[in-house]
Amino acid sequence: MSVYGPVVKIHPVVLASIGDSYERRNEGASRVIGTLLGTVDKHSVEVTNCFSVPHNESEDEVAVDMEFAKNMYELHKRVSPSEVIVGWYATGFEITEHSVLIHEYYSREATNPIHLTMDCALQSGKMNIRAYVSAPMGVPGKTVGVMFTPLSVKYKYYDTERIGVELLQRTRDAPNASSGLTSDLCQVGKAASRVQDMLATVLTYIEDVLSGKQGADNSVGRYLMDLVNKVPKISAEDFETMLNSNINDLLMVTYLANLTQAQIALNEKIVVL
Amino acid sequence: RDVAKRARMSSAASSATRAGSLNGRPGRSCIPIGPHVVLKMIKHYQEEGQGTEVVQGVLLGLVVEDRLEITNCFPFPQHTEDDADFDEVQYQMEMMRSLRHVNIDHLHVGWYQSTYYGSFVSRALLDSQFSYQHAIEESVVLIYDPIKTAQGSLSLKAYRLTPKLMEICKEKDFSAEGLKKAMIGFEHMFEEVPIVIKNSHLINVLMWELEEKSTVADKHELLNLSSSNHLEKSLQLLMDRVDDMSQDIVKYNTYSRNLSKQQQQKHQYTQRRQQENAQRQTRGEPPLPEEDISKMFKPPQPPPRMDTLLIAGQINNYCQNVKEFTSQNLGKLFLAEALQGHNS
Repeated sequence: MSVYGPVVKIHPVVLASIGDSYERRNEGASRVIGTLLGTVDKHSVEVTNCFSVPHNESEDEVAVDMEFAKNMYELHKRVSPSEVIVGWYATGFEITEHSVLIHEYYSREATNPIHLTMDCALQSGKMNIRAYVSAPMGVPGKTVGVMFTPLSVKYKYYDTERIGVELLQRTRDAPNASSGLTSDLCQVGKAASRVQDMLATVLTYIEDVLSGKQGADNSVGRYLMDLVNKVPKISAEDFETMLNSNINDLLMVTYLANLTQAQIALNEKIVVL
Repeated sequence: RDVAKRARMSSAASSATRAGSLNGRPGRSCIPIGPHVVLKMIKHYQEEGQGTEVVQGVLLGLVVEDRLEITNCFPFPQHTEDDADFDEVQYQMEMMRSLRHVNIDHLHVGWYQSTYYGSFVSRALLDSQFSYQHAIEESVVLIYDPIKTAQGSLSLKAYRLTPKLMEICKEKDFSAEGLKKAMIGFEHMFEEVPIVIKNSHLINVLMWELEEKSTVADKHELLNLSSSNHLEKSLQLLMDRVDDMSQDIVKYNTYSRNLSKQQQQKHQYTQRRQQENAQRQTRGEPPLPEEDISKMFKPPQPPPRMDTLLIAGQINNYCQNVKEFTSQNLGKLFLAEALQGHNS
């Protein structure tokens, strides 16, 4: 795919919001449009927020509530003053002529806006999240037109965002599409079982190679060496002492916490007497 | 398009039936939250809330029978602007009006706040939550803990004031007698409401796509062994609170000592009076007029108990968090031991 223009980095919050506004669209509307907010860099555009804009679309005309768009942008600016309009989005598979008009409007608001499409109706069985930027084309002086050239799309996550997304992915796998938030040791257990699964996969691969079922791959072998060397080699007594001191620290803190709780409960009872 | 609509309705219906079969406490079933709400809150803190600033925002949703559903949210700008009263109300009104145009539920059902190491039990929170709950009975405050989330698992809790506490706030009677009457301990101030994340089918599709496309390496922060930093900070905050608590206790002790001293003085005074009156009677003089002793001995001001209650609640919260943290870390240490055991 030719990459002309900036790389588009999208945060998952934007996609989730677009999905939600698609679900809430008016009766009879086939697609939703809205503004994308974010920051522009020299070679990339980072999209971090969005809001939907009401619009009416029919065969031969399109009406977008521009007042609304301006208002919303002002409101959003108060919360995060560093975000600017970087483009707009539309749900749907194709780029229609109306898109051109809307894109023109957005070019007035932002320099070189990007256009994001997300196919929520799943026409091709996938969501097809794509980004475009417009480029003029045609014969200069005579018929000029606009061409939308595709851009490469990457997804960017903050650390905490990634953890949120992981939770959402777990929710996706749950039978009722809902999940509560676990706590404590359950999480450590789950993380440990994940690591265990990964180790099991690696082990089966190694067995296969050893028994000759698969050819050995040198790069994988190097990674395996790295893996095995990553476990630090500490003498048994040193490790014992370190482990014990850490465990003692944690136990002491637990004891103190319990003590404090008992103390305030007692205090409560005495005062109420 | 109809598929998406039907999917949404079916997920709403299934969530309604599911809630009926959840826990038995009436009216206290889980609160479903849309996934983009979670992501928005995370993003808001990440971008605007570095440091110890607290970020806040409003939750929007619907109230279905006696259950709450959170379907959207928007952030509040920081309070440290030059125009101090910056028309928060106006901002909120405009935001909600605009959101109504795009069919987003505009019912104010609660608010969210980020917290620093779990310290959120404060007078301000109590007041805000009271005003919300007064308007809408089911509203909650969502507390998002970004530091705990960064350690590996999303930490989001919903709290509501107990009905007992609501009564007290309504009466504005924060004195010791009032609290004693209502029998409120620090454990009965807030009740936690379990949260459920409800993915719509469209979001599920999105999640599948993201998993394919994104090449973010799994970082496994959850299995990180270093704990002393977090533990230190939590203990520091705990110690500060305990100090506050002990000051309060000292105040209360002085108050009760003063009170008892005063009682004694009153008693002595009445006794002397009676003695004098008796003497006068024997001498045939008219008795001294009964003076109003309560005016002479003004009772000392009882210290406000509400703050103590809040501090106790906060300490309890810290202790809970610390215990959770230590139990997780113990598990991790044993994991590390197992790993070492193989080597040696």
